[in-house]
Amino acid sequence: MSDALVELRGIAKGFGEGEARVQALSDITLSVAAGEVVGLRGPSGSGKSTLLNLVACILEPDAGLLRLAGETVWEGRWRRTDLRAFRRERIGFIFQFHNLLPFLDATDNVALAQTLNGVPLKAARQRARALLDYLQVGKRAAAMPAKLSGGEAQRVAIARALANHPRIILADEPTAALDSERAGVVMDLLRQVAREQAAAVLVVTHDEKIFSRFDRLVSLRDGRIEAESRPEKHELDVI
Amino acid sequence: MNLALRDIRHNLGRFLLTCLGLGLLLGVALAMVGIYRGVVEEALSLARALRADLWVVEAGTRGPFAEASRIPGDVREAVARLPGVLAAGAVTFQTVEARHAGGPGEAEPWTEEALRERAGEAGRQRIGAVLRLQVVGHEPDRPGGPPEILEGRGIGRGRLEMVVDRGAGLRPGAIVEMANIRYRVVGLTHRTVSTGGDPLAWITLRDAQELQFRLAPPAARRAQQGGGGALPQDTVNAVIARVSPHARAEDIAAGIRRWKHFAALTAAEQETVLTRSVVERARRQLGMFTGVLLLVSAVIVALIVYTMTMDKLREIATLKLIGAPDRSIVALIMQQALLLGGTGFAGGTALLLSVKDAFPRRVLLGPEEILGFGLVVFVICLAASLLGVRYALRIEPAQALGG
Repeated sequence: MSDALVELRGIAKGFGEGEARVQALSDITLSVAAGEVVGLRGPSGSGKSTLLNLVACILEPDAGLLRLAGETVWEGRWRRTDLRAFRRERIGFIFQFHNLLPFLDATDNVALAQTLNGVPLKAARQRARALLDYLQVGKRAAAMPAKLSGGEAQRVAIARALANHPRIILADEPTAALDSERAGVVMDLLRQVAREQAAAVLVVTHDEKIFSRFDRLVSLRDGRIEAESRPEKHELDVI
Repeated sequence: MNLALRDIRHNLGRFLLTCLGLGLLLGVALAMVGIYRGVVEEALSLARALRADLWVVEAGTRGPFAEASRIPGDVREAVARLPGVLAAGAVTFQTVEARHAGGPGEAEPWTEEALRERAGEAGRQRIGAVLRLQVVGHEPDRPGGPPEILEGRGIGRGRLEMVVDRGAGLRPGAIVEMANIRYRVVGLTHRTVSTGGDPLAWITLRDAQELQFRLAPPAARRAQQGGGGALPQDTVNAVIARVSPHARAEDIAAGIRRWKHFAALTAAEQETVLTRSVVERARRQLGMFTGVLLLVSAVIVALIVYTMTMDKLREIATLKLIGAPDRSIVALIMQQALLLGGTGFAGGTALLLSVKDAFPRRVLLGPEEILGFGLVVFVICLAASLLGVRYALRIEPAQALGG
């Protein structure tokens, strides 16, 4: 038994039937340990999104083993029945366009994730404010998402992802809508969160400027892992 | 944290505008309910105004409202002598196109003298505006007279006097002309109309018989030359009776039915005739139109809720992805649908209640109708929200990912 928080062994996933079948992923074996930030790169159609959806338990694998946060989630069939509750408790999500609910202010966007988990609203708001302070957007706690800058909104989204103390954080192109400087700040935050919260962070990205911020970079091509590398650490090049 | 309310507060202007549109539609649908109830109530108001327990009419008819009925006036005495009958009165009914002076907006009602003065040398001339009335001829102090007098007095022994419903827009002292005969309004009643919505006017039986059966002078001359003579004057449309609380109207009616040439209806049978026969088509027409309006309202609420749900596709996908249970999403949509319907219903009802008295015919809206309609709106909103709920439950969490 490994101590990886994300563990995929021989995972395969295809779509369609007969001649129209497309094999999106084949024999994927990958693990992400606590405190580790792993980047997932590859051209369009390489299977990055499918892999992220499988780890998010949105898609069901065809074969292999999927273990998340020390629990076997899929092996031949779903081993957990309440996948939404599993996501709520164990996984935090960060999106390309922050996906904050436009009708809630920053605090309540963060608090909502907790109230869904049964935390009383008052306590949820307290933690939300603390998280926003931690991510240096505490001054914008009462602002509506439409009034936040791209960088501020992404920090609030990160706070929401952290709200339920997740063991796994999945990020889908989290820096795509940000300029280089803010992209670097967001990645530094993710690294900090991974270390301090002992979380496994898996990031899908095309953004070459942030490759150096990953502990490991996994390259996908045609649904297979083409290469794995450990990028040389260096400061972000500001364009 | 109530997501439905927070979303509404965020888009308050749009929500209120939507409610305004829906409120107007629900107001129209509620107005149809009120008009429907008003038609039924008005159909019964004439029969109820006369407070008759028993109606004696011509044999083979269901008169006098459903079809023509003519019986001799002296039947009243035979009916009055029946055991269990407290009082009986002969009545006539006639729809008349009258002319009047002294309507609303005039400082003082016109008097006969003033009219004569105004006519001057031209002598008698037709006066005022046209007014449709349902004229009830009755015998003073016997059943058939006007119910409660709101203003003025009842008809005394004097002739050419009239008590009329306030809806006619006349005041005591006003002059009404029917078939070239002028009557003076001496009293007003309230909410007494015919099945067609025309205000009721009471005059004495003698006046009514003259009005209904008297031939115009040329016609009378022609009839006399032909050897026929004028019709007997003591003809009435029905005899109504009040029955002792210790007697059964059904039993007395059964006894009268055994008489030759006469039929009898109890008050309940008369009301059935009025609602099931006289206003049946109008009732069904209004009922069907109300049904169509409710169906249209349901479709519109469903489309609004569906569109509101479609607008929140990414938000719902995000909620699912971060682990919100389906019940939270269903509650969001259903609560919004109910708030939309509730606000629209409240607005539509308030609007209608403020303007309902301006309608030419009665719009009857009591707490029963309003609560019943509110319940229908509640059910419509719940049912209509199912379309949005179905759409929301089909949204994949994966739709929150990507650009």
